[in-house]
Amino acid sequence: MTAPVQEPAADGAAQFCDQCGAPAAEPGHERCAARRTLEPPRFCPQCARRMVVQVDPFGWTARCSRHGETHS
Amino acid sequence: MSISTTTLSDRPGDPGRSDILAVAREQVLERGEGLTREQVLEVLQLPDESLDDLLALAHDVRMRWCGPEVEVEGIISLKTGGCPEDCHFCSQSGLFASPVRSAWLDVPMLVEAAKQTAKTGATEFCIVAAVRGPDERLMGQVAAGVAAIKDAVDINVACSLGMLTPDQVTRLAEMGVHRYNHNLETARSYFPNVVTTHTWEERWETLRLVREAGMEVCCGGIVGMGETLEQRAEFAAQLAELTPDEVPLNFLNPRPGTPFGDLEQMSGPDALRTVAAYRLAMPRTVLRFAGGREITLGDLGARQGLLGGINAVIVGNYLTTLGRPAEADIDLLGELQMPIKALNETL
Ligand code: SF4
Repeated sequence: MTAPVQEPAADGAAQFCDQCGAPAAEPGHERCAARRTLEPPRFCPQCARRMVVQVDPFGWTARCSRHGETHS
Repeated sequence: MSISTTTLSDRPGDPGRSDILAVAREQVLERGEGLTREQVLEVLQLPDESLDDLLALAHDVRMRWCGPEVEVEGIISLKTGGCPEDCHFCSQSGLFASPVRSAWLDVPMLVEAAKQTAKTGATEFCIVAAVRGPDERLMGQVAAGVAAIKDAVDINVACSLGMLTPDQVTRLAEMGVHRYNHNLETARSYFPNVVTTHTWEERWETLRLVREAGMEVCCGGIVGMGETLEQRAEFAAQLAELTPDEVPLNFLNPRPGTPFGDLEQMSGPDALRTVAAYRLAMPRTVLRFAGGREITLGDLGARQGLLGGINAVIVGNYLTTLGRPAEADIDLLGELQMPIKALNETL
């Protein structure tokens, strides 16, 4: 699946939902919000690229090819 | 194998229905003989009002035939995503529009995860790969990983690498892998609705090879995938026939982008009835709470399950999703006065 790719905001604020990759400002993220407690991020909040996510027993790391790595 | 058509004429609430608890008390609790497929179906059809009694009986059975110890395990994904198979529940299939991308873990990270797992008191560490079966690259990575873990950490190493050839089974046994997980996933009669790229019988064959090689057999599945109660009972009987050392019980956590992504989650009472019924079908097995318990049962579920037939847990996160904090489960075991099974008891 190819995620929609958009340039990040100048201030680096989250523009995209890390669960579904859709613009964060769009309505309809209730399910994503509920899911977030038991899901690592899947999409880069800055550009919506699908991230490479590694879950281990006690945490996770998520890597965007453009915006680098974040972890729990 | 055909789907059972129930012979029961009772409807929920009929007095006949609760007789199954009396039968189970004598047959399973007293004699240690698991329930048959038809009896499991009766249990699965018990009304919610009987649930507390059912869970109490399942707990008594577990205490009588397994003891109070709880086996604690951590799992890790060595190779995530990109699997060529089409298991309809799985976010790691490369055939669906799931957001999970392929990733490989290196050996130092594997060892670190094993160390952290052992610190919780866990005695099991299971290395999992999203594959149809291992290729040479994966077998090499597993060999290096198992050796490095055994050098650094006092923990049993299990693997789950899909379907195996006889040679691969031998090699894993020689590496010192003590248990192999390969889930049958669901009843034989329902399997074609869940997976079309391989058969239930192919999975069974791997399990046969694993047993023959002297490794412990870990085999369970996922409930709540649209199977009927009859098929849930059928699956319990098929697992009982296999006599696995461990049965991990997962509850469907509908994954976005998968064919089962829009299925309803199973209800809490149904999940607990299934736990208890599977315990009554397999009084001596290690029955492990696996994925989906958090969303199906919430925080209370761990306690209800551990007091309803469960005697093993996966602590911390799963392969691609997050679990309850490990400390929450470990604290709960302390509160319930259920000791963590020690390493020497599992060897
Ligand atoms: S074989 Fe395993 S990893 Fe692959 S799709 Fe099926 S469940 Fe997922």
